[in-house]
Amino acid sequence: MAKRVAQRVEPMATDTTKDYTVVIGLEVHVQLLTKTKVFCGCVNLFNPENPNVQTCPVCLGMPGVLPVMNREAFRLALKTALALNCRIARFTKWDRKQYYYPDLPKNYQISQYDLPFSHDGWLEVASDEEFSEKRRIGIIRVHLEEDAGKNLHDETGRGTDSRVDLNRAGTPLLEIVSKPDIRSPAEARRYLEELKLLLTYLGVSDCNMQEGSLRCDANINLHLQEGDETIATPIVEVKNLNSFRAVELALQYEVGRQLDEFRSTGHRLGDVPKQTRGWDEKREITFGQRGKEEASDYRYFPDPDLVPVTVSDKLLEEIRGELCELPAARRERFRQQYGLSQYDASVIIDQGRRFADYFERVAQECEDGKQAANWVTQDVLREMNQRKVDIDKFPISADDLAFLLKKISARELTTKSARDVFAELLAGADSGTPPSAGRIDQIINERGLALVSDAGQLEGVITAVIARNEKAANDFRNGKQAAIGRLIGEVMREVKGADPKLVRQMLIEKIVGSEEA
Amino acid sequence: MEITQATAAELLRAMEQNELSCVEVTQAFLDAIQTRDVAVQAFLHVDPERALQQAEAVDQKRRNGQSLGRLGGLPVAVKDVLCTQGQPTTCASRMLQNFVPPYDAHVIERLKAEDAVLLGKTNMDEFAMGSSTENSAFQKTRNPWNLEHAPGGSSGGSAAAVAAGMAPIAVGSDTGGSIRQPASFCGVVGMKPTYGRVSRYGLVAYASSLDQIGPFANDVHGAALLMEVLAGYDSRDSTCADRPVPRYTERLDQPLDGLRIGIVEEHFTEGLDAEVESAVQDALKIYESLGARIEKVRLPHSRYAVATYYLIAPSEASSNLARYDGVHYGFRAQQFSNMVDMYSTTRGEGFGAEVKRRIMLGTYALSAGYYDAYYLKALKVLRLIRRDFDEAFAKVDVIAGPVSPTPAFRIGELVDDPLAMYLSDIYTISANLAGIPGISIPAGLSREGLPIGLQLMAPPFEEERLLRAARMFERETDWHRRRPKLMLTPQAGE
Amino acid sequence: MEKTLTREEVEKVAVLARLKLSDTELDRFTAQLGKVLEYVAILNEVNTDDVEPMAHAVEMKNVFRDDVPTPSLSREQALANAPKTDGKFFLVPQILEEV
Ligand SMILES: [Mg+2]
Ligand SMILES: [Zn+2]
Repeated sequence: MAKRVAQRVEPMATDTTKDYTVVIGLEVHVQLLTKTKVFCGCVNLFNPENPNVQTCPVCLGMPGVLPVMNREAFRLALKTALALNCRIARFTKWDRKQYYYPDLPKNYQISQYDLPFSHDGWLEVASDEEFSEKRRIGIIRVHLEEDAGKNLHDETGRGTDSRVDLNRAGTPLLEIVSKPDIRSPAEARRYLEELKLLLTYLGVSDCNMQEGSLRCDANINLHLQEGDETIATPIVEVKNLNSFRAVELALQYEVGRQLDEFRSTGHRLGDVPKQTRGWDEKREITFGQRGKEEASDYRYFPDPDLVPVTVSDKLLEEIRGELCELPAARRERFRQQYGLSQYDASVIIDQGRRFADYFERVAQECEDGKQAANWVTQDVLREMNQRKVDIDKFPISADDLAFLLKKISARELTTKSARDVFAELLAGADSGTPPSAGRIDQIINERGLALVSDAGQLEGVITAVIARNEKAANDFRNGKQAAIGRLIGEVMREVKGADPKLVRQMLIEKIVGSEEA
Repeated sequence: MEITQATAAELLRAMEQNELSCVEVTQAFLDAIQTRDVAVQAFLHVDPERALQQAEAVDQKRRNGQSLGRLGGLPVAVKDVLCTQGQPTTCASRMLQNFVPPYDAHVIERLKAEDAVLLGKTNMDEFAMGSSTENSAFQKTRNPWNLEHAPGGSSGGSAAAVAAGMAPIAVGSDTGGSIRQPASFCGVVGMKPTYGRVSRYGLVAYASSLDQIGPFANDVHGAALLMEVLAGYDSRDSTCADRPVPRYTERLDQPLDGLRIGIVEEHFTEGLDAEVESAVQDALKIYESLGARIEKVRLPHSRYAVATYYLIAPSEASSNLARYDGVHYGFRAQQFSNMVDMYSTTRGEGFGAEVKRRIMLGTYALSAGYYDAYYLKALKVLRLIRRDFDEAFAKVDVIAGPVSPTPAFRIGELVDDPLAMYLSDIYTISANLAGIPGISIPAGLSREGLPIGLQLMAPPFEEERLLRAARMFERETDWHRRRPKLMLTPQAGE
Repeated sequence: MEKTLTREEVEKVAVLARLKLSDTELDRFTAQLGKVLEYVAILNEVNTDDVEPMAHAVEMKNVFRDDVPTPSLSREQALANAPKTDGKFFLVPQILEEV
């Protein structure tokens, strides 16, 4: 839930008199969760501690080797494209993108150029933090390619050699290119969050930005409105964005910088070559980068070592059948089926598929969706964060939590008592007593938490408490609402597990009734 | 039996009947290499110890009554374009002078599995680019029939090795004629199979969509036998055909009834040497005498084949050879100022002139603004060339014609005229572009005593038809029994 | 297609191809490649308006491998042929990224 309260950062731009639109397009690369690399049998694992142990002649680009396409990589790619509402090309092929770089052993990347396997899709993104409306961000294309290895640079500036690790070379990579439909840095972040959610739901990628399994480049410029004229500023590509927050901050910075630059240079789109800028995380600024010398001349041509792929109806149906309920659909269903607010539904969905599964199990078992939502989004999430575990490792199972919540609905337990039991269960779990339904009953018994809602049993105590607290009763009679609290507290202390609602109701009846009498 | 003049079948029979041991056979070829290769310069690496070890192992198996592979101890020479695990693989390039692959090419695995004895690696044009083997960074191979002449290329080393009796069979690769042309120049049999018939895994790529591995032998049977071993499915090559391999040797001696032979009008035009033309005509007469029907066919786009080839092949080459950059393996220059300069200097120093020329040509053809006019245009013409062949093969079973416009040219004659050298591939290039199999068989000698080859081509995957048609001719002639003088006087090379 | 190749173009291509060429090579290649380009211009004679490009003469499709791991090389094997390593990584002259 942390990301829902993402830090607000004021845009740098101060000139608000000028009307402008921010235009952002994102290019996202995600590694696919296959067992092996895309063109060889080396394992696909993040392993920076042991450089150059996951290579073979094929991914080293040795003389004489040939690539063979990993079927699973193609299937995961298809699955993703379908989930992104893309149109699937019935004929697709692989092209070589040529540039020289030490992490690219063949000095060309096998990628897709003019016939990507999918194109023209969209992703629905919340238009604000509260998710009150949705916006459809267009996807230009999704294509499959191979990842490069990793270059490690000497940071000391002493000019020593750079090091090259090829463990990552040949990892299957999806490139997802959005249309320039994104209208704010915050929306860019929400797009990425929603995309990550979708990909992790599908299980096609773990989208771990720290490990580089999701990487993002952003293209941004401004459309300035001057009278009837719309002026586009030069497009800038921002790279090295290694967190969603970095994306948002860098783009915010760019908005201001581009406004300033336009004011000082008057440069419009087309006046200067496209610029590439990096993101300096420490200083929180973007900086100009050397473009690849002949970036515009990749000399793409069809890779003669690979053969084209045709996608049949049968294959498409098969993959469609493998799609799970997607987050957007599930969010909507939770809202309707369990009566959740958009916000609660989003919090639950955003925690990922397993968390939503947990919630849904609790909701179904305790037959109170709202109650279940309250508990999982507050108590469960808080404890998970504190323990730094994900839902799979959370000690209280969905069934046990539902068992506990059911007692609240059945008025056998107060919410407060239930929280005590919840805490006790966790404490027990930490010291080796696994939570269970039996354990819940045991705690309730031992601590006498069972809700007393027998009016007869309370009658005497209430009469005695009012008698002992004449002043408080009078205060209440005279309109001092708060006075009742003390009385309720006293009753509750005497009758552990007393139903506070009932106590309050009986006290009021007694006090007010006696006055009338 | 003079071992080094024997055919593969004769040697196999002699070993099977224990008239000769594999060690004796291997030793005879190693001796021949030692005496003759000083003059011929066909081999880049020979590993006598390893070869004799393999031979000894074969003899051991035979003695133990174990079953042996199809090559049963036959020594084989391998073009240095095929990766051999733990043994140098240089592609005759300074760039790979010290490269030792950590893996075997698919065909090397096949050769080992069928009990071949690997004699060594043969010279070639650097990265298989050339038609004379003069583009080797290390040595110039000589034509065994006349040492002043080129053996052809790029598989000149393998062709010369077989012609000089330094190996009974050899493996080469053919991208635009690199097996058939040297076979023709050296008077041996050489075949380029259908694209996809042999796995390219471990064949150092020149032009991936055209490269094929194929056999050399001193008779058609030897080529057929080696083809049985080389051909077949390999999951590591996506372009390798998953279809069964016929036993080419089994029906080799059955003549083809009612064989229809096509001759291509466009082949008999200016530029074709009169002696080559008459050798081809003589061959056709022999086929006619065997009951074959000769029919004219047209390949209207054949005149565009060389241009098409010299756009597609260099384009692919420019990409395939990008990996030689001094980072992960191979040569690295000593002096450079930065990373980019390291690349350029390494490649500038590591590659020879012809390789650089083709990289330049291909880079140009693929570069922004030229792609459509050059590379894409060539791919379209390619389809028309293939269509021509489909139409021709609807009428005839095989197509016969010259291999090369002339017999072997002199060493140095064409080195400074790349275009003239390219044009000498005019008859062989089409088969690579169309993906069809082609074979060159000895069909004559020029007045100067240089061999002349006859080329036969067949539809895709009709290698068996091709070999049987070739064998029909071979049975009626003794061109394949001729040997260069150098072989008849064992001391010639010393 | 029919235009003569200039030395400057050859120089540009040499940069793209990462080939350091001497002055003599540049001159020679300009002439030789120019001749080849003139020759290949005969393809302009061919009408290819409705012709699909053909990437392979033997057209195949849908070739895949299963997602099953196979052994990798050891690090020693992977680095064995490299011109420069530190025993763990391939080493290259420093790559400069910032302007
Ligand atoms: Mg990409
Ligand atoms: Zn690998």
